Amino acid sequence: MTEHYPVVILMAPLFGALLATLLGRGRQVACWWTALIALGISALFAVGNICAVLASGEGELRYRMGGWHESSGYEVGIELRVDMLAALVVAAVTLVGFVNTIFAKTRVTGEMREKVSFYYALNQLLIVGLCGIVMTNDAFNLYVLIEITSLTSYALIAMGNRRAALSSFNYIIMGTIGASFYLLGVGYLYIKTGTLNIDDIRGVLQSGNLWGHASITIAFILIMLGVWIKMALFPLHGWLPNAYCYAPSAVSSFMAPLMTKVMVYVMLRVMLWLFGSEYVYSSGHVWGELIIWMSIIAIVAGSFLALARTDIKKMLTYLIVAEVGYMVGGAWLVNGAGLAGSMYHIFSDAAMTFCLFLAASIVILRTGDHRLTAFNGLFRRMPLTMIGFTVGALSMIGLPPTCGFFSKWYLISGGIEAGHWAYVAALLFSSLVNAVIFFRIFERAYFGNLKGVADEQFPDDRDSAPPLTLERVPCSMLIPLFLAVMAVLLVGIYNNTLVSWLKAAMPPL
Amino acid sequence: MELLAAGFIEDNIVPKFNYWIYVILMMIGLYAMITKNNLIKKLIGMAVFQTAIILFYVSIGVKEESGIPILGHGQHHEIVEEGKPSGEVITKDEFANPLPHVLMLTAIVVGVSTLGLALAISQRIHGSFGTLEEDEILDQLRPGGHD
Repeated sequence: MTEHYPVVILMAPLFGALLATLLGRGRQVACWWTALIALGISALFAVGNICAVLASGEGELRYRMGGWHESSGYEVGIELRVDMLAALVVAAVTLVGFVNTIFAKTRVTGEMREKVSFYYALNQLLIVGLCGIVMTNDAFNLYVLIEITSLTSYALIAMGNRRAALSSFNYIIMGTIGASFYLLGVGYLYIKTGTLNIDDIRGVLQSGNLWGHASITIAFILIMLGVWIKMALFPLHGWLPNAYCYAPSAVSSFMAPLMTKVMVYVMLRVMLWLFGSEYVYSSGHVWGELIIWMSIIAIVAGSFLALARTDIKKMLTYLIVAEVGYMVGGAWLVNGAGLAGSMYHIFSDAAMTFCLFLAASIVILRTGDHRLTAFNGLFRRMPLTMIGFTVGALSMIGLPPTCGFFSKWYLISGGIEAGHWAYVAALLFSSLVNAVIFFRIFERAYFGNLKGVADEQFPDDRDSAPPLTLERVPCSMLIPLFLAVMAVLLVGIYNNTLVSWLKAAMPPL
Repeated sequence: MELLAAGFIEDNIVPKFNYWIYVILMMIGLYAMITKNNLIKKLIGMAVFQTAIILFYVSIGVKEESGIPILGHGQHHEIVEEGKPSGEVITKDEFANPLPHVLMLTAIVVGVSTLGLALAISQRIHGSFGTLEEDEILDQLRPGGHD
């Protein structure tokens, strides 16, 4: 049974999505249970998957879809490959999906009205796509799964107000360019190697010594550009803030922690497993230094743009842009600490972004205000929610024992080891800016509006009617928030175990 | 000068004309996606862009003097390596590589669904803004705009 775990993870939400569509409108509670059970099964098997990978001797599971065996040394069919990194990312994806479904229950009825069943169906399809991206070992299959995730997220974002439809349209244009660049890169690799299996491509590149060819360089650049557009690395981030800000809150609360992080995983996968670290990190290429500088610009620009925002969610989306810079930079430091920090930050950023988005959604819902003014005197009125927000915020700033501290620790030690001081400085600078951003909010939340700045000083760039407000925050929203807080703390406290698992999955540098 | 140009065409354009066409089509699509003001024109650009990639993939499956990859009557279902005697059996040189074509079936499906979704969303945009021109939509969204 253990060998079938990866497929069960994919199948449960896939059938759940079909069932939710069939149940249709009018049966909202049934749809919710379908999503909850399907994602629950998926999360359960994802955790079992981690144990299975730990128990297996080689540290990875392989699953040939449809039982297509290799012929003359090459994989013929689509193969799933789950190593420790993939197993952990899948567990994070399914757990966030599961917890967010609990959170969504009371929220979607107001936000989606008659489209609730479609929300649950698309929500589950998105989780299927993300899990597939993480586990697949086939370069073309990866493209198809990226497009499945993108299509569902376009539709989910467009479920919001009219600004959301416009942001979703821009996301479609940018996302299609990104995915097409990836597809084109895979085409060049296929011309050179004649195979689509990720391990086989690396094997052929190695055995045929094809690394010097121009088409391989072109393929690498195209794939990287495509993945960067999808993960919103700074100059290519244009689609992200609006899309995540105007999307319905039940959508952005799980898309924001997952989408960019899974694309960072894809980047690591392409770098280390598809092309191989010998090629990517070889000193003959100019790009290593260039990309670290790009990530430094991303960190600094993302932090500044976040500082300038007066809308809670917009501010958080620009923080995501800065965090993407952390991970991209860490991956190119060419040492174990930086790479481990980059991988570890996938989990810690997912946990803290999830925590902050949940808390921000509750605050916006309760106060009916999506500007920073919503936080005035909130510690007295909503102490539990603010505790959740505080833990997430302290993690963003980087205080122990939250996970944000440890990921910065690994990334900074990687930067010092590589002697890249500008990157270290950018990380510290971003920490400082985050401290300014969040202590500004804490001040309001504790003491109210001290400076007496009129609310009109905060321009409101939303054009929708104010969201419906709740009389009191239901338990179905507070419990997910506290689960997210637990995740932030647990990922932080058990950082040693996590990093040792991740280092075991890392190919030798 | 003319000779030089002729040589350039013979060496670089004639043997690789499929790549030239795909690159030109792709650039037309990219240009439309980025610079056009009308949302539907952007989508037309997107369709051209995706079709260019399909053209690229389909053209790499071609081999010289090869036919369509369908077995005739009575042909054996095994493929022999080059150099081995081929009596009744078929050789893989006789057939175009079908794999890129099959991949493109999936890519076409993806392209169609993206286009369909984008058209549905542009219909919603038209419903709420009353226009599909990007600058007019942005005018409406400006705080002081007429709305």
